[in-house]
Amino acid sequence: MRTKKHRDVHHLSPGLNVLFNIIAGGFALLCVFPFIFVIIISLTSEASLNKNGYAFWPEEWSFAAYEYIFKAGDQLLRSYGVTIMITIVGTLISLIVIALYAYAISRKNFTYRNFFSFIAFFTMLFNGGLVPTYMVVTQVLHLKDTVWALILPLIMNAFYVLILRTFYNTTVPDAIIESAKIDGAGELRAFFTIVLPISLPGIATIGLFATLGFWNDWFNALLYIDNPALVPLQSMLMRIENSMQFLLSNAQLSSSGQSLELLRTLPQEATRMALVVLATVPIACAYPFFQRYFVQGLTIGAVKE
Amino acid sequence: MQTIKNILRNINQNRIFLIMVLPGALWFLFFSYLPMFGTVIAFKDYRFSRDGFLASLQQSEWVGFKNFEYLFSTNDAYVITRNTIVYNVVFIVLGLIFAVGMAIILSEIVNKRLAKVYQTGMFLPYFLSWVIVGYFTFSFLSVDKGVMNQLLTWMGKDPVSWYADTTYWPYILVFLNMWKGIGYSSVVYLAAIVGIDKTYYEAAMIDGANKWQQIRNITLPFITPLITILTLLAIGRIFYADFGLFYQIPRDSGPLYAVTNVIDTYVYRGLKATGEISMSTAAGLYQSLVGFVLVMTSNWVVRKFNKDNALF
Repeated sequence: MRTKKHRDVHHLSPGLNVLFNIIAGGFALLCVFPFIFVIIISLTSEASLNKNGYAFWPEEWSFAAYEYIFKAGDQLLRSYGVTIMITIVGTLISLIVIALYAYAISRKNFTYRNFFSFIAFFTMLFNGGLVPTYMVVTQVLHLKDTVWALILPLIMNAFYVLILRTFYNTTVPDAIIESAKIDGAGELRAFFTIVLPISLPGIATIGLFATLGFWNDWFNALLYIDNPALVPLQSMLMRIENSMQFLLSNAQLSSSGQSLELLRTLPQEATRMALVVLATVPIACAYPFFQRYFVQGLTIGAVKE
Repeated sequence: MQTIKNILRNINQNRIFLIMVLPGALWFLFFSYLPMFGTVIAFKDYRFSRDGFLASLQQSEWVGFKNFEYLFSTNDAYVITRNTIVYNVVFIVLGLIFAVGMAIILSEIVNKRLAKVYQTGMFLPYFLSWVIVGYFTFSFLSVDKGVMNQLLTWMGKDPVSWYADTTYWPYILVFLNMWKGIGYSSVVYLAAIVGIDKTYYEAAMIDGANKWQQIRNITLPFITPLITILTLLAIGRIFYADFGLFYQIPRDSGPLYAVTNVIDTYVYRGLKATGEISMSTAAGLYQSLVGFVLVMTSNWVVRKFNKDNALF
């Protein structure tokens, strides 16, 4: 009796509890439902779609969209490959660069630590904007239509640097590093053998954010990529949507054979939704296991000196 | 002579650390500081040169504040500024109310396992890109196949041409922004609420405080620092819009620009669609400068009240 009372310290009345369950459960359903709906559309036969539109319960189910993709899905495979590649390579480079930078500015015996801290911090307050950045990437670094245009713009982030610096300062005591150095280890060796293992949780968290960032990126592809062989997943979905829009809006004006022909070769409704499903499934399956890391310790309080 | 020697000795002593910051410092140089320097484009009549960016800059003619004058003489400047600020204010206010409310609801639900399931469900949109959400939206708003028009026809009303009619877009955009963000922010607040010492609530109950009084006098005061910090961050970014929301969701539809054009989409279209490089840079610089002033001011205000809640 006592333990029950103790556990139920909030003492919520049954009526309110039901109401709260309805509100929270209803919103959760609202959040998940569109994804389920898109899955349903992707499993609807093209004939049903043309007759009834998008329906929660289709008249006729069909796997045709997926069969079509697995038979003729060259672009999908290609885009999957690009996305996986930039996600892995990008996350790795990003972690190395951020972890080293943050470590150096976390060390008190680094003479220029304040200078390099400020260099990072100031980019959070002010930036040159989209156009000059675009000019630098395309005309100074010449990255247009290269895979690096999808990787380099995303590897560094002042916010992550400062979070990781605070993480080092709070979890790795100076004494450990000093004693390692007394034992003859250099600064670099102390970092790799002592600091890195201790701060793995912090680095892994930032790694997850970076992974999500690379997987979901379409903006850099929108800016810098024209070559279809380098188009990542999200960007591919966007391109299909845009060419669809373009053809539909021009269909009345020029119902010429050419644009009708193009319209026919574009993926059908169900196929497009199937592509959306295939691009989303990896994330939808993985995030429940990683979600707690996305909440942990990433409030801004962590940034302060 | 002595100082140069000192500097060289310092560099030599710090060489390992300098090597460590080198890749990151180079990144900041190319992706942050060179673009900052590149904002001089805003004061020039930009012309492309074959010899690269710096040559183009050099050869372009100075025009002073002409680009700004022109930008602010058009109606565009007013529309994009208004849209950016008004949408963000609504996002901040509603987002705060819904996120804190949802966090409290989740923390109060008796069955913790069920609460965890709800929490996981509402977290999903955070992990999806705006491209995907754009497809989700389209399945509801598609003119010929969408659920909304099916519903309207079924109720005997005329179908709406969603992607050409501005009437509903402010609501659609606000709704989608809430839909995508509430899950994440409520979970952040929930983490703070769960961390509150339970004995406060026990003491309050002994004193006869009801649920509402407990929330008002214990829960809210405890999460106020977090609310302040997150709101402050959002206010500092009030001049920046979520490009994906305003570009992907309306499918870059021209007839909707009056209610969907924000500073970020304006700058992007200036660069990629209309080719007004200098004007577009001017708009971007206007955004960065006002944004800078806003961060500094909001931080200064919070510092006056409580130093610990300030960003820096």
